[in-house]
Amino acid sequence: MASQSQTKPRQKADKSAAKAAKKSRNGTAASVPYSQDQLLEMFRQMYLIRQFEVACGEHYAKGDIRGFLHLYIGQEATGVGAVSPLQDQDYIVTHYRDHGHALARGLDVNRSMAELFGRKTGLSKGKGGSMHLFDAAKRFMGGHAIVGGQFPLALGLAFSQKYQETDGVTVCFFGDGSTNQGIYHETLNLAAVWKVPMLFVLENNGYGMGSAVERVRAGSPDFYTDVDKYGIDAVVVDGMDVVAVREATEAAISRLRAGEGPLFIEAKTFRYVGHSYADGQKYREQDEVDEWRRRDPVEAYPRMLLEHGLATQAEIDDLKASVDEQIAGAVKFAEESPQPDPEELFDDVLA
Amino acid sequence: MAEILFREAIKRGLAEALDSDPSVFIMGEDIGEYGGAYAVTDGFLKKYGEKRIIDTPISEAAFVGAGIGAAAGGLRPVVELMSISFSLVAFDQIVNMAANLRYMSGGQIEVPLVLRAPTGAGVQLGATHSQSFETWLAEVPGMRCVCPSTPYDALGLMRTALKDRNPVMFAEPALLYPMRGEVPDEHYEVPFGSANIQREGDDVTLISYGAGMRVLGKAADELAGRGVSAEVIDLRSLNPVDYDTLQTSVEKTNRVLTLDTARRNGGLMAEITAELQQRSSEWLDGPVVRVGAEDVPWPYNRSLEQESYPQPDDVLAALSEHLGI
Repeated sequence: MASQSQTKPRQKADKSAAKAAKKSRNGTAASVPYSQDQLLEMFRQMYLIRQFEVACGEHYAKGDIRGFLHLYIGQEATGVGAVSPLQDQDYIVTHYRDHGHALARGLDVNRSMAELFGRKTGLSKGKGGSMHLFDAAKRFMGGHAIVGGQFPLALGLAFSQKYQETDGVTVCFFGDGSTNQGIYHETLNLAAVWKVPMLFVLENNGYGMGSAVERVRAGSPDFYTDVDKYGIDAVVVDGMDVVAVREATEAAISRLRAGEGPLFIEAKTFRYVGHSYADGQKYREQDEVDEWRRRDPVEAYPRMLLEHGLATQAEIDDLKASVDEQIAGAVKFAEESPQPDPEELFDDVLA
Repeated sequence: MAEILFREAIKRGLAEALDSDPSVFIMGEDIGEYGGAYAVTDGFLKKYGEKRIIDTPISEAAFVGAGIGAAAGGLRPVVELMSISFSLVAFDQIVNMAANLRYMSGGQIEVPLVLRAPTGAGVQLGATHSQSFETWLAEVPGMRCVCPSTPYDALGLMRTALKDRNPVMFAEPALLYPMRGEVPDEHYEVPFGSANIQREGDDVTLISYGAGMRVLGKAADELAGRGVSAEVIDLRSLNPVDYDTLQTSVEKTNRVLTLDTARRNGGLMAEITAELQQRSSEWLDGPVVRVGAEDVPWPYNRSLEQESYPQPDDVLAALSEHLGI
């Protein structure tokens, strides 16, 4: 890929277009306050996540990846939009559908794939798997697979940031399914009592496994309207719109860095695939999936960039080719990586 | 050398850590203004301030989990549960998070958390406040579990716990808070994985921990009156267990009894018994004898509670029945 971009310099669209564009974006009117590099980088990340997971699905079917595999396909705009404004000192804590957040945070693609393959070279040396991705150096504090179990971990990390008087923040991702756990409400309360720099990012994809939100939740289908009871400010964003998610996150983070206590973002999003790879999706109609899919961020977003002159087709094609090559390389890396040695069973139990 | 109370020994250990390490803080229900349900942290709020002595809501899962997160974030939290029975509300956090985080992250996440909790029956608190879940947590890999039976061990083990880089369940027998015992003025520590031979003897080995040591002490006194020399061993550390000390003693006395003040069924001593049987079967003159609480919820009524709680006479009767002592 490197040679290709050398022989064919990237054609850049007019930079001023980024600032000037005040046009429809997935049906919403807003400005695009990001540079072309930033806009393209968000596309690269969303496409990377998508292609990573397409490869995961293929290798799950082949038996290279075992256990549970929960794909993030459809939700990429939320993860990328919320992770891209973060700085090195910020923590991320997430749920078991964690590949998207991990890759958006810049976790090594090869080692991420190797972890799913259960190899020694994986992020957690093959001991975590798909649901438990970690990279402490990047302050990516997991992938957590007990629904809602990640809330107080994030609370404690945010507490440590306040205690140590850093200006770091902790972003906690969670799904609509976790909001019926008591720990969700306990954490909202305590985060507000302690005024910690914690950002709750709800990825409301409408289903907790196979249970639609309205089947298991009393009252409003909206969640962001609940949390003012805890004195927490909340906004709702279109989770299929990466720019909207990023803008909302940036606004929240600057308030958190200023010491404004916990904040809450609800992103309305959707996964097109099943809860896990084994899910036959008997609980919903194909029409609903198709409807959301029309707004697929990996398709709609580059179209928007092209329409507004914020990227050229060549730039997008180059970027895709580069990511495709990266994914192929990650699969190769994982396939060729050794299995853990038997004696590693006993490593890392205790300090 | 001074004589202090068991609760004062724990308090001293905590105060030393608060004094020497600014990353140490304590949180729990009513540990600050109220002073702690068992007065272990009494006076701390005034001395160390609100930043480090934190009253939490009655929200065990959230504040235990927050302690885990704070530990992962580089602090050294001490989290107090008002009863180890309340650990059930936070079990997901203790087991799935605290104990598993290091392993499932391939060694990347460290949780230097001390979780303190009063444990055990005998004070008429009924079924929901009298249990001994250190016996469950002692099974969980990825964390330590200790339970002192004297002020000396309480301070020595607390010092070790506050230096350990792993999650530590520090179970405090509620019956022992008012116990007096000698504690040296000079610094010492009690390492994890080290059982204590409280009394040397030749004829039979008696093993327990925590509040069980009082029962064994009385039984051993009675045996001594009959000319039977009992070796009395306190596990102190429930994970890891110092099997070498136990094995050496068993192979000296050739007879052994284990005591749980928790329910006998599925108790910690089931595991100890099985291990000793396998290690030392050819040295044993009889079965490994087990005594423990009855397989019922803890009753409130004093005489019913004492009926379930193992007594020195139960120990003596079991020795007589199974080993002819």
